[in-house]
Amino acid sequence: MHQRIIDKYLSDLEAKLLQMGTEVENLLKKAIRSLIEIDENLAKEAIEMDKAVDEMELEIDRFCIEVLALHQPAAHDLRFVISIAKITPILERIADHATSIAEATIKISQHPTVKSYVKIPLIAEKACQMLKESLEAIISEDSEVARRIIKQDKEIDEDYKETFDRLLEMMIEDTSTTAVAAQLLFVAKHLERIGDYIKDICELTVYMKEAVFIKHHSESSE
Amino acid sequence: MYSFSQNQIETVGFEPKAKIKAEVKNLNFYYGKNKVLKDINLSFAENKVTAIIGPSGCGKSTLLRCMNRIHDLYPDIRYEGEIILYPSGINIVSPEVDPLEMRMRIGMVFQKPTAFPKSIFENIAFGLRLQGERRKNVIEEKVEQALRMAFLWDEVKDRLHKSAYNLSGGQQQRLCIARVLATTPEILLFDEPTSALDPVATAKIEELITFLKEKVTIIIVTHNMQQAARISDYTAFMYLGELIEFNTTKKIFQNPSKKLTEDYITGNFG
Amino acid sequence: MSDFAKIIKKRKREDLIFNIIGISCTLVGIVTLGALIVDLLIDGLPRLDWQFFTSYPSRFPDKAGILSAWVGTLLVMLVTAVTAVPLGVAAGIYLEEYAPKNWLTSLIEINIANLAGVPSIIYGLMALGLLVYQLHLGQSILTGGITLSFLILPIVIVATREALRTIPQGIREAALALGSTNWQVVRYHLLPYSTGGILTGVIIALSRAIGETAPLVTIGALTFIAFLPPSPIQNQPPYVSFDWLWSPFSVLPIQMFNWVSRPDREFAVNAAGAGLALITVTLTLNAAAIYIRYRMRKKITW
Repeated sequence: MHQRIIDKYLSDLEAKLLQMGTEVENLLKKAIRSLIEIDENLAKEAIEMDKAVDEMELEIDRFCIEVLALHQPAAHDLRFVISIAKITPILERIADHATSIAEATIKISQHPTVKSYVKIPLIAEKACQMLKESLEAIISEDSEVARRIIKQDKEIDEDYKETFDRLLEMMIEDTSTTAVAAQLLFVAKHLERIGDYIKDICELTVYMKEAVFIKHHSESSE
Repeated sequence: MYSFSQNQIETVGFEPKAKIKAEVKNLNFYYGKNKVLKDINLSFAENKVTAIIGPSGCGKSTLLRCMNRIHDLYPDIRYEGEIILYPSGINIVSPEVDPLEMRMRIGMVFQKPTAFPKSIFENIAFGLRLQGERRKNVIEEKVEQALRMAFLWDEVKDRLHKSAYNLSGGQQQRLCIARVLATTPEILLFDEPTSALDPVATAKIEELITFLKEKVTIIIVTHNMQQAARISDYTAFMYLGELIEFNTTKKIFQNPSKKLTEDYITGNFG
Repeated sequence: MSDFAKIIKKRKREDLIFNIIGISCTLVGIVTLGALIVDLLIDGLPRLDWQFFTSYPSRFPDKAGILSAWVGTLLVMLVTAVTAVPLGVAAGIYLEEYAPKNWLTSLIEINIANLAGVPSIIYGLMALGLLVYQLHLGQSILTGGITLSFLILPIVIVATREALRTIPQGIREAALALGSTNWQVVRYHLLPYSTGGILTGVIIALSRAIGETAPLVTIGALTFIAFLPPSPIQNQPPYVSFDWLWSPFSVLPIQMFNWVSRPDREFAVNAAGAGLALITVTLTLNAAAIYIRYRMRKKITW
């Protein structure tokens, strides 16, 4: 297919999205590592990264509006631009939650350690993996992978419930762990929210590819 | 790889390094007693596409035709003001300036493809011969060059001496563009070049214009706003003979300053 | 039957009636023309032979021929064409492409149209006064040719203008926008493209002139002429002679008229034969014009 005028803009947009996604992924990984290693410096680095993510969101936002105003995308191109415009704020919120995890790490580092993070590392590992795969799914427009990731979010929800209950038990059993466990409750909630946002991203990926909205369905359609 | 900008106030007018190719200063134009263009002040950036849009009768074609003095073919017309061509500094509409010379330096492509009923080769050679070129090999070379620049060479290279009327409408329009390109104009004027063409041919010509602008300054009049949005760097909006707004295309189509402009772009006119 | 059906039936009936009337009227014209030609053929065809074409007129009907007449027609047509075509085409080009659109030009245009309607004998009178008496060109082929060229000049001018009008304005604009002068547009574009139309118009004008009798009689064409004008080709230097221009002459229609006005019935047969020759030439010229127009239309459709 020959090169249309709009093709350059669409591939620029895709590249910008990929860059933002990578940045968010790195932020999340750094925040989680800082939590697991209780490294205050790493946490501060992660918090710094959030500024760049906010700027990227604005830039992509502006760019999407420009492409819509000047190039009248249609059909798949239109869904592509709209989806990216909706995905970037979600990525930005994921970054915000990851930043909050890093902030929690800083608070945790001021207290004695607890012996177990319950399932938090597991949830974090799953979230990172899901984020990576969902970004790949956007670029390759793989709606099957997207649907699979959506289902995977259920696992995170269940892991979260289990973690919540366990942390509560921990706090009741041993009141010296309360400060840290409370922060860990927040961390677990942030991770659960991140899982939900990744699900939203995947729903938009399905829309981009198939032109169906599968939002607000309790089960994704097969 | 990509630099992300700070929040910037949108620049009004030209980017700081833009060079001006032509400047319209206080231009008034009269058809008999009618003042058709009223005090136009406008600059055209070098090697960029400037689009002129507006409703029917706003004077956009009239303004375009002042650039190559083609109004002079008709009686009872009068120019007031100046159109300065850079870098020479000539005032295009001065009575001391020869309109024929202006037409050789500033080319025009019309709405309806006006290929001559001659061979494809002869169509392009005509302009060259007008400029005084007699050497056969030079003409052949320049014809090929022009056809390549107009994205037409591959389609016609084996039938250069067949009639131009065997080409489709879109191809004929590209031939007209090649015809003008062969004379190496300083400015290319397009007067609604794709109104008479189907969407596929239109897309080809838009791509061609996007490619050509790096080599020559382009001014295009179009009643198709989306076309102006797609291919132009700067847009001028005219209404009833006046210039209402002039700015970068990005600004005009996302956030125009004047309500009139916004009404026109959003289809709220009339 | 519904209301619509009744109304439609009535209108279709009216349509059919007019169809029939139209065909009948057309047939009247065709049948008349056919009858004329058939009549001419019956009377004249047997008379057409080599002797007829190569003999001078004579007192004896069976010896009389149209040699001097058709040579005269040919030479007069030559002068007419050579005079009328450049004058008419140039005038047509000027009026269509150069003349400013003011009252003077309109006046000229109206008068040219009027000229086409002037009775041909008036041209004869004017030519007699101007060419024969004032300019002393004599009662010659030259005078005859010029007279007829005045006659057909309006036709050539109008044909030229019509041919030029079929060229779309866009072509002119495109050529001018490249920096041509008006003359360059005319020479390299307008004339080449309108040649077919102009040629068609010229041929039709000539085929009208070929049958004109009154103006030639007025300027003194002879009705009985038993010699040919001097040959244009000589066998001594300068090998080309224009003496034939000054020679007296006759033409086919005059010869026909002369024969028909004789009491001897057999001359009427000669007249029919000459008429047949004349009408064949006219129809051939018209057919050529149609053919040229057909070919031109195939080459260039705007």
